[in-house]
Amino acid sequence: MKIAFSTTGKDLSAPMDPRFGRAAYFLIYDTETKATEAIKNAYADAGQGAGIKAAETIVKAGASVLVTGDCGPKAFNALKQAHVKIYSAKNVSVAEALASFEAEKLPEITSA
Amino acid sequence: MKIAVASGKGGTGKTTLAINLALAAKSPVLLLDCDVEAPNAHLFLRGDLKRQHIVTIPVPEVDETKCDGCGMCSDFCAFNAIVSFGTVPVISHEMCHGCGGCMRVCPQKAIHEIDKRIGVVETFSCDTITLVQGKLDIGVALAPPLIRAVKEEAQGDLVIIDAPPGTSCPVIATLREADFVVLVTEPTPFGLNDLRLAVDVVRELSLPFGVVINRAEKEDALVRPYLEAEKIALLASIPDDRRIAESYAKGQTIIDALPEYEDVFTKLLQKIREAA
Repeated sequence: MKIAFSTTGKDLSAPMDPRFGRAAYFLIYDTETKATEAIKNAYADAGQGAGIKAAETIVKAGASVLVTGDCGPKAFNALKQAHVKIYSAKNVSVAEALASFEAEKLPEITSA
Repeated sequence: MKIAVASGKGGTGKTTLAINLALAAKSPVLLLDCDVEAPNAHLFLRGDLKRQHIVTIPVPEVDETKCDGCGMCSDFCAFNAIVSFGTVPVISHEMCHGCGGCMRVCPQKAIHEIDKRIGVVETFSCDTITLVQGKLDIGVALAPPLIRAVKEEAQGDLVIIDAPPGTSCPVIATLREADFVVLVTEPTPFGLNDLRLAVDVVRELSLPFGVVINRAEKEDALVRPYLEAEKIALLASIPDDRRIAESYAKGQTIIDALPEYEDVFTKLLQKIREAA
């Protein structure tokens, strides 16, 4: 399974970015290989539609789980369409958010 | 001729000026209220509603039986209104600008267009003035197509266009094809700042223009020096007269409430006709 994190940096030590569509990077973590891949958010400065393009980006990267701060209604609907589960984590590093997710301590976002 | 009344800053007196110019014409004139997010010229003219028509834009709809999920529509959309996950795309109609590009690039011909309502165009009759206004529906973000629909009603010798405030797409859509632009400003730092932005816009569009200072005071160390330095014509000054504010608050036009000001607008119209 692959998990996408919205983040300001390129590795697990970087802080989470609470914004999804406007995050600088998406860090994709593979739970089987423990490998990470940082994807630069090409739509961070888009005039509109950054959220749904972010959804497209992480789905194309193979993520079935998203950990972010907040998620807007358009991105939420797009992710729902792609059957991606969304969890919330703020004010922590990606590594801490990952640990909380694995401990099943992150709240799931079920509406936007 | 088409005279557009614009300003960078809101609340400088665009609608007041447009209406009083129209009244000063003393002959049949068409007034277009292109401030489709907040049209309010009708509040001063109180005309009879003659016609109303609904304005739509074409938005895509996907035939799921033909779509193979290639995602070319999503890649093409410059407004990020389409998202594709390798399946049938998800379309956000509220972000669509109705360009039709997705339909053209679709190799499966799986996309067709349906009409989406964005607002109405209404025509009012008020003595010598015919007022046409656009009214954008609540929740619609796309003003330019409705503005273009209002401008399609333009006809006759004299058309006065009341523009929305600002310097972005709705203003550009309004000002295009104008023969002359009147920029209204006020002698405040805000008025001057936004006037500079508006001047940049009309220069970029290569439109002839001049400036009217509203709520003008005798001493003006802001706007007048700027106009002189930039060699921009000052077409008229409307004084900071409390009685104008009072008549405005009652929904009266300046010419009706304070006939001594009629001459200001008659001369302004004359100057515009000579300059255009």
